[in-house]
Formats: sequence, C-alpha cells, structure tokens
Amino acid sequence: MTVALAVFYLLAGITIASGVMVISARNPVHSVLFMILAFFNSAGLFVLAGAEFLAMVLIVVYVGAVAVLFLFVVMMLDIDVVAMRQGFMKYLPVGALVGLVLLIELFLVFGTLRIADAPIAASVPTPEGVTNTEALGAVLYTEYFFAFQLAGIILLVAIIGAITLTLRDRGPIKRQNISEQVHRDRTKSVRMRRVEPGRGL
Amino acid sequence: MLEAYFPILIFLGIAIGLACIIMISTLIVARQHPDSAKLSAYECGFEAFEDARGRFDVRFYLVAILFIIFDLEIAFLFPWAVSLGEIGLYGWLSMMLFLGILTVGFIYEWKKGALEWE
Repeated sequence: MTVALAVFYLLAGITIASGVMVISARNPVHSVLFMILAFFNSAGLFVLAGAEFLAMVLIVVYVGAVAVLFLFVVMMLDIDVVAMRQGFMKYLPVGALVGLVLLIELFLVFGTLRIADAPIAASVPTPEGVTNTEALGAVLYTEYFFAFQLAGIILLVAIIGAITLTLRDRGPIKRQNISEQVHRDRTKSVRMRRVEPGRGL
Repeated sequence: MLEAYFPILIFLGIAIGLACIIMISTLIVARQHPDSAKLSAYECGFEAFEDARGRFDVRFYLVAILFIIFDLEIAFLFPWAVSLGEIGLYGWLSMMLFLGILTVGFIYEWKKGALEWE
C-alpha cells in the first residue's frame, strides 16, 4: 500500500503543480498543455481511487476532445496576454471567494460523513468480483434511469445550442450529385456549331 | 485491482527515465556551441510576420463540440455493453431511449446543414 500512497502523492503533486502552471503560464497554448498533464494525473488518481471507468473516460473525453476544444477556443479568442494580466488583481477576490466556498464544501462533506459515524470507505463500496465498469452498468441504466435520460437531454440541448450559436447561413452549398454525373452523355455537353469563316459565333 | 496497473507504472517510470537520460546525456556528451544564428530562420526562411495564433473559422469549433457530444454518447455505451446481460430489457430500452434522444439531435444537425462544408 505504501507504493500506492507514494504514487498518490506523486500524482496529486503533479496535478496541483500543473494546475498552478495552467493559470501562471505566459502562453495560453502552454496553459492548455499543462491542463492536459493535469487531466492525465487526475486519471491516475481515479485509478488509485478504484474508479477505472472514470479514469479511462477522463482520458478519452477530456484529453482527447475537451483539450482540443480548449485549444480551438484559445486559437479563436486571439488572447492578448498582457491585457489579461491587468485584470488578474481585479478578479482575485472573486476567485479566492469561489475557492474558499469549494474548500468549505469539501470540509462539510467529509465532516458530515464522519459525524454520521460512517467511514468514507463504507459509503463508497468497491464490490468484490465485479469490475468497475460492470458495477456502473448494473445501476446506471436502470436504477438511475431518470438521471441517465436527463444526461441525454442535456447532450441534445448542447447540440442544438452549439448549432444555433455558431451556424451561419453561408449561401448555397455545391453538392455532388453522382447519378447526374454518371448519366451525363455527349448530347448534353457537346454542341457542334458551324462557324462561318471570318464571323465567329 | 491496482496490481493490474503496476506494469503501467513501471512502463511510465522507464519512459520518464529514458527521456531524462537521453536529454541529459546529449547535454553532457555533445559539444555545445550555442549561437543565435543556429536558432534563426534557416537559409531562405522568413522571419515570422505575425503571431501564429490567428483567428480561424468557428466551424472547426462546431465540429469539435459535436464530436465531444457523440464521444460522450459512446462513453455511455461501454458500461451498457458490459452489463447488458444483467440489466435485461429495461436497460436495453433505457439505452434505446437515450440513443433516440441523441438521434433527434443528430437529425437536427444533419438537416440544419451543420456538417456541410463548401
């Protein structure tokens, strides 16, 4: 277990360090790369906590897709780093407040679990003989039916929102009509003209 | 469960160690003659005119966001496929409803022409 503990401290340390680098790196693209490092380390932490499926989804979805999306956003926003630095002190109190609230919530969650005289390990059991993914699948689609369908509806709203926000009409699009191309013959495309000398068409 | 991940840990250690060895040994073994000309644009290359991060079309963003949404849909399919034998018809219908909701979005996206590229 000491190896697991050492790996936990290593991964957690790298996660926090790369999180600090995300907000302090000068180049926004470097920030995104540090964020990817943080995602990888968080995936390692999930594995240590026994949540294998979440770890893999974190890598597939966050590293594979969300990080690319962030890169797009960084590219599109055309960020002026110097101008952004000027607002840092202005937003520091708000950010500190949000961080403080989150910290208090964390303490409350762990505190109440202890007050209720139930150790945290007992409230999140890892069933024996069943893999993490199977354990998830056994309850996600039946017991948590409503939440699952809600997730689908949220994704639907995301699709519609993304399309309505970004899609502009760009005029008629040229499409390829294969059967029309195949059925094109000589009579439709070539005309024979008799040209009088010295007159042209 | 964690024992299964031990080879990955070893592999990670070897990869990081090897990368460090290669970088440090080139620093030590190779001759170092730093010169600003070595870092400049090579031969007929131009100095960069402007920042590489120009704005580009929002449609790339749209494709990426649509990709993420369907990526998440696939992520939901994995545990379902593993445990379909246990959860039976109810679980199957539950997933079909979920896929149906997303298919509505897919049809919307198709008809709206969000995937068109002239």
